[in-house]
Amino acid sequence: MNSPVAPNSFRTGPDTEGMFGIFGGRFVAETLMPLILDLEEHWKVARTDPAFKAELDHLNTHYTGRPSPLYFAERLTEHLGGAKIYFKRDELNHTGSHKINNCLGQILLARRMGKTRIIAETGAGQHGVATATVCARFGLPCVVYMGATDVERQAPNVFRMKLLGAEVIPVSSGHGTLKDAMNEALRDWVTNVEDTYYLIGTAAGPHPYPELVREFQSVIGKELRDQMMAAEGRLPDLLVAAVGGGSNAIGLFHPFLDDASVKIVGVEAGGKGLDGEEHCASLTAGAPGVLHGNRTYLLQNEDGQIKDGHSISAGLDYPGIGPEHSWLKETNRVEYVPIMDDEALEAFQLLTRLEGIIPALEPAHALAEVVKRAPKMGQDQIIVMNLCGRGDKDIFTVGKILGMGL
Amino acid sequence: MTTRIDRRMADLKAEGRPALVTYFMGGDPDYDTSLSIMKALPKAGSDIIELGMPFSDPMADGPAIQAAGLRALKAGQTLKKTLQMASDFRKDDDATPIVLMGYYNPIYIYGVEKFLADAKASGIDGLIVVDLPPEMDGELCIPALKAGINFIRLATPTTDDKRLPKVLENTSGFVYYVSMLGITGSALPDTSKVAGAVARIKGHTDLPICVGFGVKTAEQARAIGASADGVVVGTAIVNAVANVLGPKGEKTADPAEAVATLVSGLAQGVRSARLAQAV
Repeated sequence: MNSPVAPNSFRTGPDTEGMFGIFGGRFVAETLMPLILDLEEHWKVARTDPAFKAELDHLNTHYTGRPSPLYFAERLTEHLGGAKIYFKRDELNHTGSHKINNCLGQILLARRMGKTRIIAETGAGQHGVATATVCARFGLPCVVYMGATDVERQAPNVFRMKLLGAEVIPVSSGHGTLKDAMNEALRDWVTNVEDTYYLIGTAAGPHPYPELVREFQSVIGKELRDQMMAAEGRLPDLLVAAVGGGSNAIGLFHPFLDDASVKIVGVEAGGKGLDGEEHCASLTAGAPGVLHGNRTYLLQNEDGQIKDGHSISAGLDYPGIGPEHSWLKETNRVEYVPIMDDEALEAFQLLTRLEGIIPALEPAHALAEVVKRAPKMGQDQIIVMNLCGRGDKDIFTVGKILGMGL
Repeated sequence: MTTRIDRRMADLKAEGRPALVTYFMGGDPDYDTSLSIMKALPKAGSDIIELGMPFSDPMADGPAIQAAGLRALKAGQTLKKTLQMASDFRKDDDATPIVLMGYYNPIYIYGVEKFLADAKASGIDGLIVVDLPPEMDGELCIPALKAGINFIRLATPTTDDKRLPKVLENTSGFVYYVSMLGITGSALPDTSKVAGAVARIKGHTDLPICVGFGVKTAEQARAIGASADGVVVGTAIVNAVANVLGPKGEKTADPAEAVATLVSGLAQGVRSARLAQAV
């Protein structure tokens, strides 16, 4: 493939067909097409409606607790001895991760569309918890599909969803992880298309989902611009975020895509290493293909069959990636790198001990990349990492690996 | 251009009866058995064959076809082998239309141009690709039509009169009306609603309308065949195969014979459809 000419702006996508270059699109069954077109119409109206924005802003402020703080990690910076490290603390949001930003936006859309039942897929359970939360808040029934493997390794989140009144349906097909949960959610949607809204948790799926999820998550990057100007009077030199489906990352990155001085790095789950099958690095080790409504980089074999990924982090355990990330990779605007399970685990412990913050295993991957890069950068340089989730849900997984009985 | 599908549909129209369209999963439970099932279909009364291309993530399929696809993949089925199966079938049957049915990714990875050339050479007459709506026609539909292969579109209860023209625009061969909202193999709704839906679509096209999703018995086939130009049966056939497989996938009886018995009954159903209507 020839390397494409850099566009004038990296912030204008997708086009009217929902494409980011060759990525994205609407690869869905006909049953869903009318609904997706209807969603697009409602989204077009809502995104420019001041009343919609006001309602979402109000909820973001008073329900989620936004803006999330920008925190200077003084001891970590000192420890690594290089660039100044800041965290965008979306783990302090209500429900414990960035997922709530998207769920509030989409539940308002679902209400506008007159839908009376919400379904969602979840991997780590963070999106499931956020969805169950907004459903409780707005009094709508909620069904969450979750891979059977994930149900087991994310038991605290399963319990939280149930407390919030959601029905959690374990999915045992495939490896019983996020991909399989998404298949099952799509099957539910096809069956109950008339009254059901599918609240997708990441910036993937058929158009307009990648765009609207990005817009709801971009609150992260927009706040950061202002907070950074206030703290340092200039833009950061490097942004780092973990990418599973890629919603927290695109939310952080998007407002900075046209700032050439800002280097941007997405961190994928390298699992047990890219040589074998046990990783989830779709961008680094996958190839473009079509799954779950969009064309994007996928882990697949030479016959186009999708592989099951592996990661210590259930939230990164997805063999695909949002289509905009595929495009940002191909245009070389964003660099994507893998971090292995053991590196993430080490970063998890480092942050816990040095800053008194227990990160989720997903941002622990991003942190491991920061640990590699910060010492090589000057002390006058600035890194911002999206601390997109808290690690309470992961203590059992980590405890088991570290041999600490719980 | 006329294809085997066009010719078969014209013949059946002259005969005054609907078509029996039978779906089976290519490579389930293994290549040789699957080929013997395919060969048994026309002999048992199938008019058009839908050859399923297995995919790891069949988002519009129920548990039966999901399991069949996984069995086929486990037995080593690939898109290349599915095309080979059509070629092998064509050695003794040059009349029965073959429609490949499945999902886009394996075709995309195979390469659209190469796929169409190989499909044509293997005697494939039509394609049903579940995750390519008309909005994505540039991907495969238009190239397929240029290559002389029918692109058969699904219309569903959510495809309203405003959308139907777009769905029908590049459709050829026949229209596959999915009789319900849902995945393959679910319960069939009221057959009387099907007649109304067929009449509605006929108001927009001269193409034959075949109806499927949920048809399991000869009686249902007869009832649907009273108004539709064809009746599609899939999950029931896939189940007939699964029913003669033991817990480890071993054959407890001949799958081809099990399928033939089922299809013979369904064939009687569609052949009596218009007679029943006339009475």
